[in-house]
Amino acid sequence: MIRVVLPAHLRTLARVGSQVELDVAGQVTQRSVLDALETCYPMLRGTIRDHTTQQRRAFLRFFACGQDLSHESPDAPLPEAVVRGTEPFLVIGAMAGG
Amino acid sequence: MTGVRVLVGTRKGAFVLTSDAKREQWDVSGPHFAGWEIYHLKGSPAEPDRLYASQTSGWFGQLIQRSDDAGKTWAPVGNKFTYEGVPGMHQWYDGTPRPWEFKRVWHLEPSLTDPDTVYAGVEDAALFRTSDGGQTWCELAGLRGHGSGPSWQPGAGGMCLHTILLDPKNPQRIFVAISAAGAFRSEDAGQTWQPVNRGLKSEGIPDPNAEVGHCVHRLAMHRSRPDVLFMQKHWDVMRSDNGGESWQEISGNLPTDFGFAIDVHAHEPETIYVVPIKSDSEHFPPEGKLRVYRSRTGGNDWEALTKGLPQQDCYVNILRDAMAVDSLDACGVYFGTTGGQVYASADAGDHWSPIVRDLPAVLSVEVQTLA
Repeated sequence: MIRVVLPAHLRTLARVGSQVELDVAGQVTQRSVLDALETCYPMLRGTIRDHTTQQRRAFLRFFACGQDLSHESPDAPLPEAVVRGTEPFLVIGAMAGG
Repeated sequence: MTGVRVLVGTRKGAFVLTSDAKREQWDVSGPHFAGWEIYHLKGSPAEPDRLYASQTSGWFGQLIQRSDDAGKTWAPVGNKFTYEGVPGMHQWYDGTPRPWEFKRVWHLEPSLTDPDTVYAGVEDAALFRTSDGGQTWCELAGLRGHGSGPSWQPGAGGMCLHTILLDPKNPQRIFVAISAAGAFRSEDAGQTWQPVNRGLKSEGIPDPNAEVGHCVHRLAMHRSRPDVLFMQKHWDVMRSDNGGESWQEISGNLPTDFGFAIDVHAHEPETIYVVPIKSDSEHFPPEGKLRVYRSRTGGNDWEALTKGLPQQDCYVNILRDAMAVDSLDACGVYFGTTGGQVYASADAGDHWSPIVRDLPAVLSVEVQTLA
């Protein structure tokens, strides 16, 4: 089971708690995790990745296991700890706007 | 119960203000979508409890929310706004070409007759329509495709399509306005368009009388006379008596003819309201006095309405979508400020009082008159 932690505004939008648990078929990558997330919570489509380009939105970053994975290929395998579910995949909103 | 529902979009959420027909005691609901920019929300004239809201964020992009119970509960609907075909290029501020890129929805205009049909004006400027209650959106691409699109440039706030007027007497006719391209009219329900800017004069562009390129801030129409249009341009207040074919200036004795909002009295089609703003570099009322100006003669002859409005040290702005009227007798007039006040007048502007004083900056105000 993959664990995903969303920023507060997206938790409100998706009506979920502090983390989401997902079944991800096949290789566990940014793309497959986000595909599974958007399938379960279609209201999140377009809020993390651009609808058309599927690019990560500029003010969001992806972290896991203490690493910034934002600039990794969306098809690169995620760390084993994320695959095992011992570490979450974090979607982080930039601390900006203050 | 006869009453009024005021829909307020702000920088940090939406608020719904309700009152009975006296318009003295108000119930304030909100913030809905706390922390998000709500550029606009508006109810369906055909089904008043159906509301649509444009919810945006620099972090998370665009969402559209829909309520079927007058704003008590909301659900996100479709948020995919994809330009038809190859998006093409417009001009950037420096005159270089720039690809069309969707940024946000500025204005939602529900159909006058079908609660599932809504028009959306977006940045970068284009017009979209849903006919399934917001689930899917399709561009009416004839607007960008009529030929002048590559010469359009953004205004300071972005290249936005901010005004959509539906002709109540002719469902084929739609007017839109774009900053800074100008006004456009369709006679075939949005399939094809023509610019309608003859008579506008803008000194800040290379050809002051150009067919397109004018920074139109807002259009208004009285539903009984859809051929008569009123316009607050960047500078100049204008009117057209022939559906936009030609315009003449009606700024008259206004202290400044810069501004954003303009609206028409619900029962007197020659009574119009503006809020003069000092200039394009000083977005606040002249002399620190918040004054609505009313013309009962369709323009040129204006009177200042000040009773109940701050007449010293007031430096707020009133944005283009932040003024509306109700259709009670007497006509109510409402506007919101960037300082977070929503002012109401239950007597057509003679007296004003704040409904709320301390909301986030107000982006839009719409009013529903409830039977």
